[in-house]
Amino acid sequence: MAVLVNKQSKIIVQGFTGTEGTFHASQMIEYGTNVVGGVTPGKGGSTHLDKPVFNTVADAVKATGANVSIIFVPPAFAADSIIEAASENIELVVCITEGIPVQDMVKVKNYLQGKTTRLIGPNCPGVITAGEAKVGIMPGFIFKQGRIGIVSKSGTLTYEAADQVVKAGLGISTAIGIGGDPIIGTPTVEAVKLLMNDPETDGIIMIGEIGGSMEADAARWIKDNKTKPVVGFIAGQTAPPGRRMGHAGAIIGGAEDTAEAKMKIMAECGISVVASPADIGKTIAAALKK
Amino acid sequence: MNLHEYQAKELLKKYNVPVQEGIAVDTVMAAEEAYRQIKTQTNNNFAVVKAQIHAGGRGKGKIEGSEQRGVAVGKSVEDITTIAKNILGGTLVTIQTGAAGKKVNKILVAQDVYYPGANPVKEFYLSILLDRATGQNVIMYSTEGGMDIEEVAHNTPEKIFKEWVHPGGGLQPFQARKIAFNLGLSGEAFKNAVKFVTNLYNAYLGVDASMLEINPLFKTSDEKIIAVDCKMNLDDNALMRHPDIAAMRDITEEDPTEVEAGQYNLNFVKLDGNVGCMVNGAGLAMATMDMIKLSGGEPANFLDVGGTANAQTVEAGFRIIMKDPNVKAILINIFGGIVRCDRVAAGVIEAYNKLGNIHIPIIVRLQGTNAEEAKKLIDESGLKVQSAIQLSEAAELVKKAVA
Repeated sequence: MAVLVNKQSKIIVQGFTGTEGTFHASQMIEYGTNVVGGVTPGKGGSTHLDKPVFNTVADAVKATGANVSIIFVPPAFAADSIIEAASENIELVVCITEGIPVQDMVKVKNYLQGKTTRLIGPNCPGVITAGEAKVGIMPGFIFKQGRIGIVSKSGTLTYEAADQVVKAGLGISTAIGIGGDPIIGTPTVEAVKLLMNDPETDGIIMIGEIGGSMEADAARWIKDNKTKPVVGFIAGQTAPPGRRMGHAGAIIGGAEDTAEAKMKIMAECGISVVASPADIGKTIAAALKK
Repeated sequence: MNLHEYQAKELLKKYNVPVQEGIAVDTVMAAEEAYRQIKTQTNNNFAVVKAQIHAGGRGKGKIEGSEQRGVAVGKSVEDITTIAKNILGGTLVTIQTGAAGKKVNKILVAQDVYYPGANPVKEFYLSILLDRATGQNVIMYSTEGGMDIEEVAHNTPEKIFKEWVHPGGGLQPFQARKIAFNLGLSGEAFKNAVKFVTNLYNAYLGVDASMLEINPLFKTSDEKIIAVDCKMNLDDNALMRHPDIAAMRDITEEDPTEVEAGQYNLNFVKLDGNVGCMVNGAGLAMATMDMIKLSGGEPANFLDVGGTANAQTVEAGFRIIMKDPNVKAILINIFGGIVRCDRVAAGVIEAYNKLGNIHIPIIVRLQGTNAEEAKKLIDESGLKVQSAIQLSEAAELVKKAVA
């Protein structure tokens, strides 16, 4: 069953009837994900993609017993949607939305303190447990079922890693796209913990990028708690300081933010760090054989 | 988005944060008039001329080809005229601009804050920023103002104070008092500092800044607390709710190719290397740059074409990358998930044909949905485009191209 989502997860889609919500919800359903309905304020009572639409998360939970939500709401309203889901104690909220103002996320992070809700994202590709549930926007077919877990700040780089894992003759248990914003719900270390404790995961790929201290925090935890091999890659070794590289969080502010500094700490903590993104697959395969 | 000092100060004034008063001008004549006004208002012959560019180190920086500093004091109309003539239209080179410097289109003629009075003046440092580790805003301050704060943090870390603001309750009065006490203030100056900090925090939140730095934070000889300089970075994601601030954007401060890329909704950052790249996704784009370096090249840019890599975006990407004469090869790296690789390949071929004479090697790596069909399309197109499916193959092709 891997982690976070599986066949039993009951999923609702916030922003269900919008363009993004419609497209990706239908892809999720096609993958076999148990989508039980959606929320679009003002469209409650109607049906979309053969699933019921509700005005509020409260109505959706009451009618469907949903325990997972995925959010495709535009940036100006996304923080409100996360808080709405958390207020109904949805266990897992995956926020895909890119471009949420950072002060909105400061409020969200504070609201989630002491709540049982786990937030993944925002600005992320979502979570996929191969062969069971796709709660995100990733191309499902790349993620062949297997026993390698992936934690990543980036979308296409996650697909790249998954593809290399499969080409190396392995497969994926759960891939967690944690998001590229400065403030995210589940930092690297927490996602790594989930996979380290998962009996169905034999090895972990941890993909980070410049900016912030999340990879270093995760590395320090791994050093003391490692029970399976971890392969690490940090994107942005050639990124100039002070410039935002696409993701809002990918900016070198100080000496500790650089790819070089993070790779050094990760290597010191027993992670197999690869310099080239082309080496991720073969390195995890080699690490498993040891 | 970054603002000029004069724009940041205008915003601060809306939140009742006292600032060093000044008038921003773009001609020598207007500078003279501004000086006269300021002289009358302050009853002081001294005034300061400050070059307005998006970079620090202006006081020590010099206008190219002269000894004129980017910040200079004058005490007569003649002085101000000379300084304004020297600075306006000149290129200011500071430690932050790099050797190329930045052209100065505007100057701020500002009041002299060192006017004599009953008490000594003092300079402090204060900034507000987001602490990513805690997910809270933090006020960072020091008694060591007017200098490079990174140096202070490195040499005397005990002189840097931090005050975290809880997002639920906001900045509390005791916190503002603590800051004023720690800065060693008392009496009128203490009261003014408490008000200053409170209003500054409101401004930080109000404009959705991601960083607000006051250096120096200044205590005048008559116990006023004012912002003499202000560096303000705004959260790009929040500009949608501040159209008035978004309109303050000065595109002359930005790289022209980056501005053009923005018009095509491309996320582009200009770099100094010799291999251009075009990638879908920010993380993969950074990883591709790293791979170029490991293959013996240097990335010429960061370019994320986003989720839809079609003929139009690829063509725009080609045009923008090829404006840089240093580019010796271009690597297109697309991981096709929901977007199909054969469609992207068709887009690349269409863009290539439309542009005509491309004289540098193009390497196209398409992986994901329909990657084999895409490779076939490229290989059979008759164009001088090299194709790859695996990332390692693409790396080898880059190695050959730059060798």
